[in-house]
Amino acid sequence: MISLPSPTGRAAQASRRPFRSATTEPLVIKWTLIGLCFSVLTVLLFAPLIAIFDEALRRGWAFALASLSEPDAQSAIRLTLLVAAITVPLNAIFGIAAAWAITKFDWRGKAWVITLIDLPFSISPVVAGLLFVLMFGSNTALGVWLVANGFPIVFAVPGILLATLFITFPFVARELIPVMLEQGRAEEEAALTLGASGWRTFVTVTLPNIRWALLYGVLLCNARAMGEFGAVAVVSGKIRGQTTTMPLMIEMFYNEYLSVAAFTMAGVLALLAFVTLTLKSVLEWRYADQLAATHRH
Amino acid sequence: MNIDIEEISKDFNSTFALHPVSLSIPSGTLVALLGPSGSGKTTLLRILGGLEFPTAGRVLFDASDATGLSVQVRRAGFVFQSYALFRHMTVFDNIAYGLRARPRKSRPQSGEITRRVTKLLELIKLPDIGARYPNQLSGGQRQRVALARALAIEPRMLLLDEPFGALDAKVRKELRQGLRDIHDTTGLTTVFVTHDQEEAMQLADLVVVMSMGRIEQVGKPDDIRARPKTPFVREFISA
Repeated sequence: MISLPSPTGRAAQASRRPFRSATTEPLVIKWTLIGLCFSVLTVLLFAPLIAIFDEALRRGWAFALASLSEPDAQSAIRLTLLVAAITVPLNAIFGIAAAWAITKFDWRGKAWVITLIDLPFSISPVVAGLLFVLMFGSNTALGVWLVANGFPIVFAVPGILLATLFITFPFVARELIPVMLEQGRAEEEAALTLGASGWRTFVTVTLPNIRWALLYGVLLCNARAMGEFGAVAVVSGKIRGQTTTMPLMIEMFYNEYLSVAAFTMAGVLALLAFVTLTLKSVLEWRYADQLAATHRH
Repeated sequence: MNIDIEEISKDFNSTFALHPVSLSIPSGTLVALLGPSGSGKTTLLRILGGLEFPTAGRVLFDASDATGLSVQVRRAGFVFQSYALFRHMTVFDNIAYGLRARPRKSRPQSGEITRRVTKLLELIKLPDIGARYPNQLSGGQRQRVALARALAIEPRMLLLDEPFGALDAKVRKELRQGLRDIHDTTGLTTVFVTHDQEEAMQLADLVVVMSMGRIEQVGKPDDIRARPKTPFVREFISA
């Protein structure tokens, strides 16, 4: 608080009244809100996280690590990383293309497509998985033909990829559309009038302007691609060592009362999430000046 | 460059933005498209720049048909209403953008680019701001950078959409003179859009008054002031 020297007694008294701006809340309310927020975070976030690692390391590091080196566990980790490595770049491209088409052009049926993009969010993942089983399963002509030609989709890796692609499709597009809408088309138009081709405009103007939103979208997409359970569970057939991803493996371990193995695997998944979050923070810190400079003027 | 607009019309989903309009702009003229919002002046400017294509009619540049010419080959220096500077690039890179975007054959060497950008920065009287980013500039500086960026491509004409719209009165006066000077030194055919009749009258050689997608009157500022042809023009210029 700043107290100004004032000559008269009345004015001095007035200035001694605690200064409060319109947006400041009384101390009681402030601390109640902070406390409430903190306790919710503790119950919902910190405690479960600690519980995972506590459970995983209950019988020591060696035991936990041994459970990871089992062939089935190794295969699950590899499969999850493979799925993320394929679906995230694809959905980044699809997401950019969708956001670009929606925000930079006007066409009939646009509102319909925007709704459609949200479909994977609004539909239950199990239903999404079932959808692929119904399309490519052995009860359809297409499914039979695919199996006969040595390219099974359901209960195989392609099915897992399709289901994950479907589930994680909205993340990048959802992140990009509001940013691109807000930025408008003027900069792209300017680049075109300066003689740049459409591709050059995209690479030198559009992409740099959306790179942060794109990064957030990709990180979210990645987190979900590695963590998706429902849709993948339906299409994968849960064949150990072949079509079992990390989340499915965790469930299997848990159902077999191998709780250390289950929680260690869960810990690894949580750590992967930490890595992406750390990466994001590091990038934000590293490019803080650029972030500030490229903010809307 | 002479610009001839022949019976150009434009409709967006069956609403007319422009009724067929014709206009002839002699080379080297500074033209104001004057009118209230919704009068079709910006649509006409964007058609000239190749950002919008007419539903019917022709645009001629020096008597050759340019109607279907793509925005890139038109080489119109375009200054946008909010300037549309590339926010992630420095002022230098903004101005150099058009030169670097040229096909390799006609692209200047990097030393030549530096020389030209430096010259343009001197032309707009901001020689020391090359390393800054757009959001570190004032409104007036941004407008001048946008002008320099448009001039860098050695345009065949200069098109400006409300170039002084977002500026305060004092800066606006200065920049008006700045635009007049640049027009006079380059001799480029220049078309700018404005809703400010005082600005149009002071700055332009030729004023085109527009309303509801039609051209109401074309003439020298004094003629329009002395002999407004329609009640709309009389009312608009006395406002």
